[in-house]
Amino acid sequence: MSVSVQELTKVYGEQKAIDRLSFRIDDGQIVGLLGPNGAGKSTTMKILTGYLPQSAGKATVQGFDTETQSLEVRRLIGYLPESNPLYTEMYVKEYLHYAAGFYKIADPAKRIARMIEQTGLGIEQHKKIGQLSKGYRQRVGLAQALLHDPKVLVLDEPTSGLDPNQLADIRQLIRDISKDKTIILSTHIMQEVEALCQRVIIINRGKLVADDAVKNLQQRVAGESVVTVEFSENMNEGEMRKLPGIREVRKIGEHTFEVRASGKDDLRKLLFDFAVRKNVAVLNMSQKENSLEEVFRSLTATKK
Amino acid sequence: MLTVFRREINSFLSSLIAYIVIVVFLLVTGLFMWVFPDYSLLAYGYATLDQLFIIGPWIFMFLIPAITMRFFSEEKRTGTLELLFTKPVSDFQIIAGKYLAAFVLVVFSVLPTLVYFLSIYLLAEPVGNVDSAGIVGSYIGLLLLGGTFVAIGLFASSLTDNQIVAFILGLFLCFFFYAAFDSLSLLNLPNKTLLIIEQLGMSAHFVALSKGVLDTRDLLYFFSLSAFFLALTKTVLEARKW
Repeated sequence: MSVSVQELTKVYGEQKAIDRLSFRIDDGQIVGLLGPNGAGKSTTMKILTGYLPQSAGKATVQGFDTETQSLEVRRLIGYLPESNPLYTEMYVKEYLHYAAGFYKIADPAKRIARMIEQTGLGIEQHKKIGQLSKGYRQRVGLAQALLHDPKVLVLDEPTSGLDPNQLADIRQLIRDISKDKTIILSTHIMQEVEALCQRVIIINRGKLVADDAVKNLQQRVAGESVVTVEFSENMNEGEMRKLPGIREVRKIGEHTFEVRASGKDDLRKLLFDFAVRKNVAVLNMSQKENSLEEVFRSLTATKK
Repeated sequence: MLTVFRREINSFLSSLIAYIVIVVFLLVTGLFMWVFPDYSLLAYGYATLDQLFIIGPWIFMFLIPAITMRFFSEEKRTGTLELLFTKPVSDFQIIAGKYLAAFVLVVFSVLPTLVYFLSIYLLAEPVGNVDSAGIVGSYIGLLLLGGTFVAIGLFASSLTDNQIVAFILGLFLCFFFYAAFDSLSLLNLPNKTLLIIEQLGMSAHFVALSKGVLDTRDLLYFFSLSAFFLALTKTVLEARKW
């Protein structure tokens, strides 16, 4: 058992940032911690890394309690905080040497050279951190988190604010280092979870709302299908609603509708036949993938 | 602890802070001792280093909070403090590393003034006719005072993420503990109370040390005041956990 969280609660003043959160993560898994802003992702990570103590409950990393055996936990963990804080006045290599000083590393210079190579910092390694672009700073942050070859890597929104190329690079990097490591990464980008994680933990307002393999979650909404259809002229919504199996029709464009139906039958055929009966042409029709995004939205939607 | 210490020293050296502090300290003490005619030793006629030890604490009062103001304030503002606290070091080691770095800088700014000592030693009539014991005591007092100012500055820096606030607060606390108690002891109060007030301030203990008598009470005063402010700093840093 790599990481275990039991009934973890953190209260800031009156507000519960996390509320009796429990989950376990086995060795070698990549787990996505998902949730809207303010859901308690960062708080959970801060407790795991020993920065903050919990108000109640227990968290362990590799069997060490994060509150009472904080130093042991910190030795095992590599952490990249949300804003990726760095000493901008330091040189890349200087900073990595400094960070390496906190751990017992056999040959720091060799290890740093290896990290620079692995994170692709080669051409920027002699610059000051302040001169680097955001993508490269993120690499410095990752290199810093990886220096001591941690068993558990905690990454708080590692790809936020990166351009698409940098995004792909950083994701590849995370995938490369994921062998023999447990990685917890938080994000609110669904594609990231689909691209990187085997398992996803969704929290909302401090509470666990889903904890499952990515595949299972995708199937969870498979009972519903959603089709966007554009007709050549306007159609009566009410008539469409009367079609068998249709649950909801929403007008989203001039002649465009989003149609939801329960059941697994192909809605498209139904809608096409309907259009033929009405003597109207179908200009465009597409079935929405049941993405994690849908799951996320349905699980974390604020109840009105 | 050494890792934090090394980083702070490197950052002093690479950011010019170290050079500016040392140069300013020497420049101001040098001007007062040898150049300004009102205070100059050469015009005064006695071979003493009194000027250095009168003006030294006042310069430290400004310089030391300036050195220490960024220690925690800047790390709080940029968020690096969170990263530092998730490294396998205790809060105490972090504080000690930063404290020692600033203290070493203080020592290095005082060290060159030994040249002043050598000068008056040679200028004295006959050569060597100076109060060496008093001067040694004053040097020890000045270093202890510097160390205490560093502890106060660290505390001020831990309170806020604004460096200017940290500086002004540090300056005020240094002033208060150095001079204010001394001046307050001139109030019209019963003698016993006045003695206590005077003993609370650094000035009285500094003066006592500069007589060349290393009284453990004076040494203990400086050690405990430093320890008190370092403990306060630790408490403030731990407040994140409340």
